[in-house]
Amino acid sequence: MQKQAIFQSKLLPYALVAPQLAIVLIFFYWPALQAVIQSFLLQDAFGLSTTFVWFDNYIELLKDRAYFEAIVRTFFFSFAIAVSSLSFALLLAVMADKPLRGSTLYRTLLIWPYAVAPPVVGVLWIFMLHPSLGVLSRYLRALGVDWNPLLDGDQAAALIIFAAAWKQISYNFLFFLAGLQSIPRSVLEAAAIDGARPMRRFWTVTFPLLSPTIFFLLVVNIVYAFFDTFGIIDTMTRGGPGTSTVTLVYKVYSDGLLGGNLGSSAAQSVILMIMVIVLTGIQFRFVERKVTY
Amino acid sequence: MVEEEGFRRYVAHAILWIGIAIVAFPVYIAIVASTQDNALIANGQMSLLPGGHFFETYYQTIFVGTSGSTREPVGNMMLNSLVMALLIAVGKIAISIISAYAIVYFRFPFRMAIFWIIFITLMLPVEVRIYPTYKIVADLHMLDSYAGLSLPLIASATATLLFRQFFMTVPDELLEASRIDGAGPFRFFWDTLLPLSRTNMAALFVILFILGWNQYLWPLLITTRDDMQTIQIGIRKMITTTDALTEWPIVMATAVLAMLPPVFVVVAMQKLFVRGLVETEK
Repeated sequence: MQKQAIFQSKLLPYALVAPQLAIVLIFFYWPALQAVIQSFLLQDAFGLSTTFVWFDNYIELLKDRAYFEAIVRTFFFSFAIAVSSLSFALLLAVMADKPLRGSTLYRTLLIWPYAVAPPVVGVLWIFMLHPSLGVLSRYLRALGVDWNPLLDGDQAAALIIFAAAWKQISYNFLFFLAGLQSIPRSVLEAAAIDGARPMRRFWTVTFPLLSPTIFFLLVVNIVYAFFDTFGIIDTMTRGGPGTSTVTLVYKVYSDGLLGGNLGSSAAQSVILMIMVIVLTGIQFRFVERKVTY
Repeated sequence: MVEEEGFRRYVAHAILWIGIAIVAFPVYIAIVASTQDNALIANGQMSLLPGGHFFETYYQTIFVGTSGSTREPVGNMMLNSLVMALLIAVGKIAISIISAYAIVYFRFPFRMAIFWIIFITLMLPVEVRIYPTYKIVADLHMLDSYAGLSLPLIASATATLLFRQFFMTVPDELLEASRIDGAGPFRFFWDTLLPLSRTNMAALFVILFILGWNQYLWPLLITTRDDMQTIQIGIRKMITTTDALTEWPIVMATAVLAMLPPVFVVVAMQKLFVRGLVETEK
């Protein structure tokens, strides 16, 4: 990671890294440290005194049913969003990978949702599926579904999963397409000569060769579902009805904002940090073979 | 291949168009709703074809805003979003390229330590350190300011890693050559390295602009003044819990306006966008 040809200078390199280092220390490390410290403290209701309570905040959290539910819910959401979005995107990518006329147009028409912000995604979907004025709600009712995501927690969760998966389609599509295009034609042709039909070819040749891409996208999608869904949840359901769409990130936000329970909110932040570190670690350990340090 | 003929092709085209329809439908509905009458929508009578209120709705949205108490023209929100997105994109590229330059082209004590300090920030997204960061920004009197909106999002490691990777691939002969020409570190950086990095910078700019424009949780916390709202925050405040008061055509027009710049960037600069996306994920 070091060049053979380098410059000699005592102070210049420090001056060059200074701006980034300063911002990183002030806005990343200091708050992270604060979160860790806060998580070991207990404040009284008026914020007048704090006591050092070791792991009490964490123990309280793990005993808290609502927190446990939020963990399970977050993982369920992440998994549902990742699987539904990945499978749909893979189908589209396989189709777009064929030598069709207009394939560049197809690509353009499928990638733009990447740029739609989570809160806007939330607004679009809540409007379409609003119980009293949604365009799609009419059809659901016609089908005999008692559709009211503002009152029914399961329906609200389904709505979040749909909207979040919709946003992820384009991202996954792009990476699948890149993965498919890197599969050598000769391998597929050999399978065709052996008499394997397209479906068989896909499952025995294409799919195994795509597995690194699939694994990479699975990790990225789970991280996305952890953090980027905040905007979708906040504009669609605000965590409701009840707490049926409260994920871990949403809980950090709402507990800190409404409850003012800083110790608990900080402990939640620390747990989230550990989760991100583990996920990022997995990503680098198994996916990042290209990067050498 | 043999079977790529006739019928299978039609199936592939059909599946792709269904996919495109699913992807585009919510946006189509938003555009249509923004041209219709509010009363019609509130009664659940919305039609699937455009109405006649297009100019009226968009004029009101951009220059006046909703008729609610927190009335703020969406044009102003877009300006805030634009400033924030540009600050994040330009700031990140600027500080990352010089620190990557130092780490690759100089040898100095603590070089690797500094690299790791920057690298680990990948694992601290703003969402997990949200309240402590809020407190620091408040202590620095940066609430409701562009500095507060952009600085905490500027410094993460992705761009630094990318430039470092790229600098490693630049042949050493280039440096030798400019040395012989008598160039110092500044001249070499300015005349040789920057022109070579142009494509990478552009690709990164596209991605960072979109990420900056679409920020939500952070601006939600640190903007209290209406005139500092970004468009993403504005749209949330327009949806009131009492449905009767939500002015849906204006909300949908705002949604369309919030989508326009980033979507335009993706479509217009598709090659750069795809490249930037693939590069930053590596």
